[in-house]
Amino acid sequence: MFGEYSIGDLGSIFVMQGFAGLILFSVYVLMALGLAIIFGQMGVINMAHGEFMILGAYVTWMTSNTFQHYLPSLFSGYFFLAMLLAFLASGALGMLVEWALIRHLYKRPLDTLLATWGLSLILQQTYRSVFGPREVGVELPQWMLGSLKVTDSIEVPINGVFVMGLTVLITIVVAYVLYKSRWGRQVRAVVQNRIMAGAVGINTEKVDRYTFGLGCGIAGIAGSAFTMIGSTGPTSGQLYIVDTFLVVVFGGAASLLGTIASAFSISQTQSTLEFFMSGSMAKVLTLLAVVGILMLRPQGLFALKVRK
Amino acid sequence: MSDEPNKGLQSPLRRKLLMGAAALPLISMLPRPSFGAGPATATVNTTGLAVTDTEVTVGILHSATGTMAISETGSIQAEKLAIEQINAAGGVLGRKIKFIQEDGASDWPTFAEKAKKLLVNDKVAAIMGCWTSASRKAVLPVMEQYNGMLYYPTFYEGLEQSKNVIYTGQEATQQILAGLNWIAKEKGAKSFFFIGSDYIWPRTSNKIARKHVENVLKGKVVGEEYYALGSTQFNSVINKIKLTKPDVIFTDVVGGSNVAFYKQLKAAGVDLSKQALLTISVTEDEIDGIGGENIAGAYACMKYFQSLDNANNKAFVADFKKMWGEKTVIGDVTQAAYLGPWLWKLTVEKAGSFDVDKIAAASPGVEFKGAPEGYVRIHENHHLWSKTRVGKAKLDGQFELIFETADLVEPDPFPKGYQ
Repeated sequence: MFGEYSIGDLGSIFVMQGFAGLILFSVYVLMALGLAIIFGQMGVINMAHGEFMILGAYVTWMTSNTFQHYLPSLFSGYFFLAMLLAFLASGALGMLVEWALIRHLYKRPLDTLLATWGLSLILQQTYRSVFGPREVGVELPQWMLGSLKVTDSIEVPINGVFVMGLTVLITIVVAYVLYKSRWGRQVRAVVQNRIMAGAVGINTEKVDRYTFGLGCGIAGIAGSAFTMIGSTGPTSGQLYIVDTFLVVVFGGAASLLGTIASAFSISQTQSTLEFFMSGSMAKVLTLLAVVGILMLRPQGLFALKVRK
Repeated sequence: MSDEPNKGLQSPLRRKLLMGAAALPLISMLPRPSFGAGPATATVNTTGLAVTDTEVTVGILHSATGTMAISETGSIQAEKLAIEQINAAGGVLGRKIKFIQEDGASDWPTFAEKAKKLLVNDKVAAIMGCWTSASRKAVLPVMEQYNGMLYYPTFYEGLEQSKNVIYTGQEATQQILAGLNWIAKEKGAKSFFFIGSDYIWPRTSNKIARKHVENVLKGKVVGEEYYALGSTQFNSVINKIKLTKPDVIFTDVVGGSNVAFYKQLKAAGVDLSKQALLTISVTEDEIDGIGGENIAGAYACMKYFQSLDNANNKAFVADFKKMWGEKTVIGDVTQAAYLGPWLWKLTVEKAGSFDVDKIAAASPGVEFKGAPEGYVRIHENHHLWSKTRVGKAKLDGQFELIFETADLVEPDPFPKGYQ
């Protein structure tokens, strides 16, 4: 297959392909992190995850428009503010949803599935009515476009590097918040034993609300970042939801490390296979491998050991 | 049996109209009550369609909700504009066109169900509708069973022909071959890389394109790749493109994937001013989402661009923007959807009847001189003769016309040697 290409060409392609795999890995982690927190820590299957992401994307689009109209001189830096606003908007909506809908359904996991699916439909139609059914184009500052030339033949996309950096940063922040902060300890206490946690004075309702808000907020940041690589429309969230669930379930619920390991293995498998065969076949084989492994290890790659 | 209830409805209605009763305030409030001067209903409507002395009802059947709403909104807008213009010009056979809009909701069985409702309950004289091939395939048996008339706007893969459908978009050979010939000649292109979404239209189109490249242009296809609908990651295939260095990237990626593909292509450092790219799936509508800066320099091959410089098109674009807002853009399919009501009107007037059988028989040869794309004519196979054009995407999201065929290209839904 590669007989006709020079060693130098192949070398650079493999380096770039390695980067493609890493970028896919970062995208998966970023998508799945919010869902992993909600699913892992609260046991809620949030089918509206993609719509929270798209809210972030729309916020980014609105911020971009605002800057173009009123502050064109600061346009090159708008993206950072947009991500912050996306986090706040999605997080606030998440907390509202938790208060209005999810908290009534904690003991009925299948009902939350249905309720959040309904919520996703409602949000899609809301976006359609508010922003119109057509996709919107988010304009990016010039420095975020194009690629970095590492050598003559190796080029790395700038937005890919940006997503990678962002993913590392957010993962570190989330890990710190969950495993080092006082609030994180409370979250983990509630996960392990809700009744006992309540008995020792933890406000479990508040913990739930903030956890859900945090998960949705991270989805908002992911959506904001994905305006660089994907589309922004009322139903774009649906493009991400399947991969997101795949990563979370394969990684094992309730484990941040599991999510990362799972994102890494799925993205590397997929991007390697994609290079040697067609895109559709690569997807089929990746899914088959995931199904096979889940049959052997139904709890996912990493599972939290709890006394049942 | 099916036309009994309709007759029952018709005669009291007619009586009321003759009396000029205040029971029909809407009609009496019309600014210019010029409708009702056409030939008698009994002679132009022998099959019990929803035709009265003053009105005729047609159906609009597209997805206003769901994934496909992104694409189908433009078609709905164009059809409503055409109907409004026809009414302003006196209607069809002296009758005002009324429309009933149904939502296919991006769901193919829903399309079939709504088509049946429009034909059986509403007795519409024609349906303007469908967008994806899947929805058309779902609706087709209904159209044939209940003998309806469908005006279908999208460019599609061909391999279909029906008495009950007029295809106002291009079929695959019409759209693709002229574009490939042009790019082979203009750019001296010999090697092609195909990338498409994984469903029937891209696969059939690429099959036709491959045969043409290999047998006619004597070139080589160095890669052919398909990605599932909705895929958002194209870095691997972009690396393959960089490795194989094709003269031309030929794409038929659709939907949200399109946006991801062009953004990532740009980010990977592929400069479309140096690397030729020919797409058959990106219209002005798609560029809205992709962003002009991500696709500037790419070539698109279809029959219509909003920027076409002719009097018909200028008037059409101005009217469209007046009705739907200054910012709306008009893509190839939107224009094809606009042709539907007009072609139907012209055919009805040629046949002197609303009867579906007579319209189907009268359709071949019907000409529309006022089409924004220029003159079009219906072929015996119910597709349109039309020109094929190549445009180059500009930063502002519009296309600059680079090439057009000298003559109308004959539609050939069952191309010999390409299957």
